[in-house]
Amino acid sequence: MMTFTLWDILRNLLLAARWTVVLSLVSFVGGGLLGMALLYLRIGKARAGRIFVQGYVELFQGTPLLMQLFLAFFGLGLFGIDVPAWLAAGLALILWTAAFLVEIWRGCVESVACGQWEASASLGMGYVQQMRYVILPQAVRVAVPPTVGFSVQVVKGTALTSIIGFVELSKAGTVVTNATFEPFTVYGLVALIYFALCWPLSKSSQILERKLNVAHRDH
Amino acid sequence: MTYRFDYSWIAEYWPVILKGLVTTVELTLIGTLFGVALGIACAWTRSLGPRWLRPPVVAYVELIRNTPFLIQLFFIFFGLPSLGVQMTEFQAAVLAMVVNLGAYSGEIIRAGIEATPRGQFEAGASLAMTRFETFRHVVLIPALQRIWPALSSQIVIVMLGSAVVSQIAAEDITFAANFIQSRTFRAFESYFLTTGLYLLLALALRQALRGVGRMLFPRRAAR
Amino acid sequence: MSLIAITEVKKRFGDVEVLKGINLDVERGEVVAIIGKSGSGKSTLLRCVNGLEMIDDGSIMVAGAQLINDDLHLKALRLKVGMIFQQFNLFPHLSAGRNVMLSQMVVKKTPAREAEAMARRMLERVGLGHKFDAYPDQLSGGQQQRVAIARALSMQPMALLCDEITSALDPELVNEVLAVVKELAADGMTLMMVTHEMRFAREVCDRVVFMHQGRVHEIGPPEEVFGNPRTPELRQFLGAQLVV
Repeated sequence: MMTFTLWDILRNLLLAARWTVVLSLVSFVGGGLLGMALLYLRIGKARAGRIFVQGYVELFQGTPLLMQLFLAFFGLGLFGIDVPAWLAAGLALILWTAAFLVEIWRGCVESVACGQWEASASLGMGYVQQMRYVILPQAVRVAVPPTVGFSVQVVKGTALTSIIGFVELSKAGTVVTNATFEPFTVYGLVALIYFALCWPLSKSSQILERKLNVAHRDH
Repeated sequence: MTYRFDYSWIAEYWPVILKGLVTTVELTLIGTLFGVALGIACAWTRSLGPRWLRPPVVAYVELIRNTPFLIQLFFIFFGLPSLGVQMTEFQAAVLAMVVNLGAYSGEIIRAGIEATPRGQFEAGASLAMTRFETFRHVVLIPALQRIWPALSSQIVIVMLGSAVVSQIAAEDITFAANFIQSRTFRAFESYFLTTGLYLLLALALRQALRGVGRMLFPRRAAR
Repeated sequence: MSLIAITEVKKRFGDVEVLKGINLDVERGEVVAIIGKSGSGKSTLLRCVNGLEMIDDGSIMVAGAQLINDDLHLKALRLKVGMIFQQFNLFPHLSAGRNVMLSQMVVKKTPAREAEAMARRMLERVGLGHKFDAYPDQLSGGQQQRVAIARALSMQPMALLCDEITSALDPELVNEVLAVVKELAADGMTLMMVTHEMRFAREVCDRVVFMHQGRVHEIGPPEEVFGNPRTPELRQFLGAQLVV
């Protein structure tokens, strides 16, 4: 029987953690872009667009991410495609991330005082100009801390893709456990690696938020 | 696309789904009850409790909030037995949910406590109540009322997150879905149906929590 | 022996010394008004007597018991002196009656029925017997402050400390609260009150304390303090008040 040193275990986990990082980045960027498109509909003038996005958010925030992964995995299969796990994982995570980001950002846009809308309207700006020059620049500043904060949820969300067979940190944890029979050590290390990825994001979100609050107090 | 949905298996398998539903509801109820209790304890410690107890609570909260629930679950179910702690799947699932919700709700409730006007603490003190009595009788209920919507959302998130307990073979809704798809090979139908079930459960849970809120806080929030 | 004996009390917040050695004795049944500019330390003094602020030097004795900063001594002290706040500080989640019952039940372990009977008596005494089941947000400011007085009275204190209890009230609500205080004074309650109501101080109080820059600047019966101020600071302060 083979024996594994702590370093063997850690090296294997770290190699797999690369895929956690890649999937997180793809999901966050993809979800961000989709989220922006949805935000455009959500705060736009078309009623149908707003209702669509509301339904979308309700659906993706009201069901387990794991189920969304299963549905993406088996649902894409219905089209006769042989679905690789990374594709289903990426797709589901992008859709899920967008649903949360659009709600976070909508809150930020709505937090810009309505006096700003009235003031810019009184200056003769149209809707697009109001958005472009007055509302969004203010909303973006407010949006940064919660957006960074949500990226932590995305990193943690990627752990579920191990269940549909995508090999990332969690999956590697299971594989290494089965080889070493040391679940305590292996899952402990896995947790620490996730912590090392997530904690800096959490902390920077907190710091950014505190800075923003201080800046607001000065006004 | 010529795919045809096939739900003929429901006649045979609905008891499996029902059992899964009951388990998910049980997990959520017990997890919420003890999770929020743990959260209150953490919140009290961090905002009013003895100073030496604060660093361990901070470490616990940060560790849980920055690692995936799935790994917490695996660590508890697979890792702890090597220390001699044996648990059933259900117990491990409950414990994981309590530990998880405890950390999140602790942060939420702490925000509620820290928004308490100073005068409330002083009024309690001037009536000869101890700090703990003031917390218990004066501060806690309005603090919970302040953050009830955020706490409710977090409870729904934990309920939805409980889907992964199927991975340690706790027999919840997702476990039922996996079981059915492995027998019938109607994977999409099986997951589609159970996803709908989760959606209904989330809506029902939100309503229920609103009801609990009305019961606990008959008065509108003042101040 | 005085009921409240304040001796050489000093208190600082950071670098600022707000109380620079206060001496003041309050007799049983006496009504003392404390006046002075904001920042003169008058509220701080009152809060020290209730143990809400800890003194840095000197001593405070209430009915022979010394103010010491530990839970047991603080509790004993606070059972002897009640406090009424500027902002009422009613508990928003409890009805008026429950506000009055709570501390009796929690601190004195009074059975609910007795606590309720006491609460009804005290609410009656402040003229709010009919508001037992009303919640604070259903009451006017004046009514809330009267509930707060009933709440403090229900603990059967030997003295009441009133910290600008009418300052947060609309002018038309001030009198209903002062009427209650006046009645308490007539019943022989010992009162120490920080107030801006000069006319009230003059009518009701046995002694008036003028505080200035953390010291007791002048002290005496109201006719003397108001009628014949000896220091320019007091004269200036009184001159700035509209109603004397």
